[in-house]
Amino acid sequence: MTDTPSKFGEVVLETKDLRKHYPLTQGIVFKKQVGAVRAVDGVNIQLRRGETLGVVGESGCGKSTLARLLVGLEQPTDGSIMLKGKDLSKVSSRDMRSVRRNIQMVMQDPYTSLNPRMTVGDIIGEPFDIHPEVVPKKGRIARVRELIDLVGLNADHINRYPHQFSGGQRQRIGIARALALNPEIIVADEPVSALDVSIQAQVVNLLERLQDEFGLAYIFIAHDLSVVRHIADRVAVMYLGKVVETGNEDEIYEHTTHPYSQALLSAVPVPDPALRGLRDQIILEGDVPSPANPPSGCRFRTRCWKAQEICAQEEPPLMVRPGSEHPSACHFAEERQVVGAVS
Amino acid sequence: MTTEAPVKSPSTARFLSQLDMTAPPLEVRNLHVEFHTTSGEAHAVNGMNFVLSQGETRAILGESGSGKSVTAQAIMGILDSPPAKITHGEILYRGVDLLKLSDEDRRRVRANHIAMIFQDALSALNPVFTVGFQLGELFRKHRGMSRQASKAKAIELLDMVKIPAAKQRVNDFPHQFSGGMRQRVMIAMALALEPEILIADEPTTALDVTVQAQVMGLLSELQREHNMSLILITHDMGVVADVADSISVMYAGRVVEDAPVADIYARPAHPYTKALLESIPRVDLKGQELAVIKGLPPVLTNIPPGCAFHPRCRYAKDNCKVPPEPPHYDVDVNRVAACHYWREVIES
Repeated sequence: MTDTPSKFGEVVLETKDLRKHYPLTQGIVFKKQVGAVRAVDGVNIQLRRGETLGVVGESGCGKSTLARLLVGLEQPTDGSIMLKGKDLSKVSSRDMRSVRRNIQMVMQDPYTSLNPRMTVGDIIGEPFDIHPEVVPKKGRIARVRELIDLVGLNADHINRYPHQFSGGQRQRIGIARALALNPEIIVADEPVSALDVSIQAQVVNLLERLQDEFGLAYIFIAHDLSVVRHIADRVAVMYLGKVVETGNEDEIYEHTTHPYSQALLSAVPVPDPALRGLRDQIILEGDVPSPANPPSGCRFRTRCWKAQEICAQEEPPLMVRPGSEHPSACHFAEERQVVGAVS
Repeated sequence: MTTEAPVKSPSTARFLSQLDMTAPPLEVRNLHVEFHTTSGEAHAVNGMNFVLSQGETRAILGESGSGKSVTAQAIMGILDSPPAKITHGEILYRGVDLLKLSDEDRRRVRANHIAMIFQDALSALNPVFTVGFQLGELFRKHRGMSRQASKAKAIELLDMVKIPAAKQRVNDFPHQFSGGMRQRVMIAMALALEPEILIADEPTTALDVTVQAQVMGLLSELQREHNMSLILITHDMGVVADVADSISVMYAGRVVEDAPVADIYARPAHPYTKALLESIPRVDLKGQELAVIKGLPPVLTNIPPGCAFHPRCRYAKDNCKVPPEPPHYDVDVNRVAACHYWREVIES
């Protein structure tokens, strides 16, 4: 990998060949499996302390499934997740709780991810019911107030209900809940995409401030490439359940080598009318193929303008290619400047 | 062409004779829309003004709750009332006030003259009828065509929006299409009767960026071909920069700035526009905090007096906090801003 270990701490989270296949069945009485949706199909990622890994890709590429696997909401079909050096599949269910404490999640939709019948105080304090050792019973209310304050809300609103808050404020409540157990890693699945532009910036700033304060490591999943560019140190581009290119922010945005990443970047509209018509825009044909029946060889070949015979026969591994310094999963990886891709 | 031979009733002829083809395709004057809610009147649109010129693409930019969709629905005449009520204003289509027309004439204007594309194509299409049936319905109802002829037209339309194998796909149901395809079907439906004006309400918000690029490309291509005027309602400043000619920025139901696209991005004259542009992450400022607009958008039942933006504005002075609201100052030719201190804003 081309990480710069110096800047960030030790590896806190690592996946090895992680897979999640959802079976497709036929019949009601005699169910038989007729195939599988390969939502995540062999993903290797590494996350260091204090680092932000951005995961980008279109809907259906498996980025949300990846998030759910990491926090244990789904069990992997194959492969392993190493959390601080411990293989999660080998941890006993008793130890699992304390291990899991270290990895928390911020959900996408602040309108549905908070229980409307619980007060903000109960929502943020609920993790302490499961992990009573974190904060003694007496100190809980004080700790909840502290958390509310930390995310920039008024601690006096502890007894209010979610509907009394705006979308941005609710997302702050979700962040406070994720912070409650002092985790080292936060998996944020599209944390700002449901918010208005002016509110997005507030939440992004909050996430960055908390990272500096507590040395958190983030997995930041988003489809908004400009937000990811702003917040991420490293970026992984996913397509149909696989990482097709990974590297630090500059390598992905300025020296991208995989055709899919190039197309994705070039499709992002730039908020500058002066660049209209000057951009090297690659418009992809068609839609993402079904993950139940991905194309042979390279999965992007059906929409790729570079595709040749070898692409249908041989799956290109994710590795560093000549002429570039970061891994790319393309037989014909070549740098292409996508002018003003994301400003 | 068969489309040119609609059954013209005397009332249609009367309506058509009223139209002044020298007037701009659409002009909205001082439009006010209120919603009756349990917590009082919600003032969704408070004096909306804009002129849409022939062949122009006008973006209406604003955050949720700014009144941009309500304006579009008022133009189309599809507001649910009650609770909605148009309390003031005029919507002039070629000089004819749509708000004064009979329901029958209004229905004729829809689809024939002004059409709309909705954000969520899946819920805008009827799930129990085939796409071909729904497209053909327009020709059967508005043009009195037969089933067979209308189906042929439906195939033609699907071809126009570049849906592969249109002949087969015409018999498919909406759920059998992908998100981008469905939005194409919506576009086909909106353009079926060759309207003069197309209103696109967040047409690509629900789509992935690569599909968004396809759909926006198709939309501007068709606009050129048919010489339509387009109203693009969006919150995405990237999309606006890519396609729009002019922008109306809305805040709390009012246009706060109206300008040609290049001017607004280069030198915004309203503090809200300026703040919106600054809150977009920029490459050269990586590692720094994003500029934020402090506070929250106003509650529509209780809009601040004076300039609605003053509680969040860093330029606000005492006279911004009292009524009347700031008038539309002329910043330049074709350019207005509703801020007492626009000179200061534009220069900083």
